[in-house]
Amino acid sequence: MTDAVDHGRRQLLVKATALTGAVGVAFAATPFLASWKPSARAKALGAPIEIDISKLEAGGMVKVIWRGKPVWVLKRTPAMLAQIKNADPLVLDPQSEGSVQPDYAKNETRSRRPDILVLLGVCTHLGCSPMSKFEAGDVTVSADWPGGFYCPCHGSKFDLAGRVFKGVPAPANMAVPPYEFEGEDKILVGADGPKSA
Amino acid sequence: MANEEKKPRSSRIWGWVNERLPVDEMLKSHATEYYAPKNFNVWYVFGVLSLVVLVNQLLTGIFLTMSYKPSATEAFASVEYIMRDVDWGWLIRYLHSTGASAFFIVVYLHMFRALMYGSYRAPRELLWIFGMVIYLALMAEAFMGYLLPWGNMSYWGAQVIVSLFGTIPVIGASLAEWIKGDYFISDITLNRFFSLHVIAIPLILVFLVVAHIQALHTVGSNNPDGIEIKKKKNADGIPLDGVAFHPYYTVKDLYALGVFLMLFLGVVFFAPTFGGMFLEAPNFDQANPMLTPPHIAPVWYFTPFYAMLRAVPSFMGTQVWGVIVMFSAILLLFFLPWLDRSPVKSIRYKGPITKVALAVLAVSFVVLGYCGIQPPQGIFPLLARIFTVTYFLFFLLMPWYSRIDRSKPVPDRVTYDAH
Repeated sequence: MTDAVDHGRRQLLVKATALTGAVGVAFAATPFLASWKPSARAKALGAPIEIDISKLEAGGMVKVIWRGKPVWVLKRTPAMLAQIKNADPLVLDPQSEGSVQPDYAKNETRSRRPDILVLLGVCTHLGCSPMSKFEAGDVTVSADWPGGFYCPCHGSKFDLAGRVFKGVPAPANMAVPPYEFEGEDKILVGADGPKSA
Repeated sequence: MANEEKKPRSSRIWGWVNERLPVDEMLKSHATEYYAPKNFNVWYVFGVLSLVVLVNQLLTGIFLTMSYKPSATEAFASVEYIMRDVDWGWLIRYLHSTGASAFFIVVYLHMFRALMYGSYRAPRELLWIFGMVIYLALMAEAFMGYLLPWGNMSYWGAQVIVSLFGTIPVIGASLAEWIKGDYFISDITLNRFFSLHVIAIPLILVFLVVAHIQALHTVGSNNPDGIEIKKKKNADGIPLDGVAFHPYYTVKDLYALGVFLMLFLGVVFFAPTFGGMFLEAPNFDQANPMLTPPHIAPVWYFTPFYAMLRAVPSFMGTQVWGVIVMFSAILLLFFLPWLDRSPVKSIRYKGPITKVALAVLAVSFVVLGYCGIQPPQGIFPLLARIFTVTYFLFFLLMPWYSRIDRSKPVPDRVTYDAH
């Protein structure tokens, strides 16, 4: 038995105790931090929604609400797809460089499947909901109108791929939400899977 | 023992308390025997004023909580209920909403005082850091409080700020979701911000204020001359240039409080919205996730940083750079004690470059604040970019200009005219 204190041993014990305590703190903190994640109810309300497009005829559009925002699904005809081509020189951001969309929708038609357009129906200017003006040359918009969406609030114009026109208040193309196809006739909005039908 | 019994009863009770809790000691060390420099000027009232505003916010906040309902369906209506149906509810709410802006006014002036007189320099680095943490907590408190009325600007302001976290690469999206507790700002977000606003952050704020004052009373107050009064003491160990905080400065602070209350209550009674600066017009509409206000601007005290955020263009497909610039603007302030290499503390003895630099900082801050209120059109994006650069140059060049600047000799004793 000696009075000499083994400082090295004491320090090791202090460090080991502190480390063990820290692990305990981390475990104890986990439930509290995890309680901030979207709850089961929030998840259920915000879950991906299924849209049946089997009865959607070419040129038709359905609107649904997902996570508090309107979602549009438009089935474009070959003529409408040609109208998009015609709009290329008129739009501000033809390649969708500055807009919100999943990578698989960053293409000419802004969609996974060329004919099916899925859009968040919110004007990128101030969040109004644009109107459908699909017919080319619709005089209620303008004589050289190639067909698309027209926002009644401040006159922003978008083509049939949701691309914004030059010289209107809206700064960016309309956003595309994440979505995937479940077979030929069903779209799951809010899911990001690899399936592209 | 015989002596003890002759003392009046009140004095005996006081003695009994003091043997168990050193109340007398605390009063002495923080008031009657806390020696503050005798040359304080008007810039030294804003610390006490911010304490007064803190108390105002705590008191009015407690009473608002009694009538407010933290739910997306009831919040907006409950604020209108406070305004219309609760006796004096309008006064309690306007004291709280005006108090929020008043808090930032006095804190910004308090911080500018520290910048002028070098109050962040050794040995007051930790005091300064506590102050900066208080400032951060205050910003979090104000931001979360602003969501509670559930007006449309509350909603979209929160939307913009929370989406800042979403710009962080990799973890951003899930971090923003974690903060909201939902996929958009919802009832869940409102409820959690309420909890943080009324319990968590006020507790932290009060703790930090106690630490700030304790640190101040440990190192002692700086003064407009930037001279350490503790270096020259009399035979009793009392600084020659010090006077007791109580009664000398309590009286001065009470006078300042009178002036402050006239201005503050003037706003509360006659201009509670302050022309849309303290309470923004779109906030008189209920939160509407489907309708964005024509122009989203935070309340004035955040606009300098908001202007910096918008001044930085997106780059490499992300807007995170603006967020980094904005947070760096605040973070740089923490490092002031080590950026300043001047041999003197106070602006009174610093050279011309430092004076110009401080003026540039003040102008930058005000112009940025104005740019942040305006829509990002016309001249404002350019102005915001120029003044973001000058704001940062003040800090980044400080180690250089503070060293080469021609400073004047500092006197031994503080400048003071008896009056």
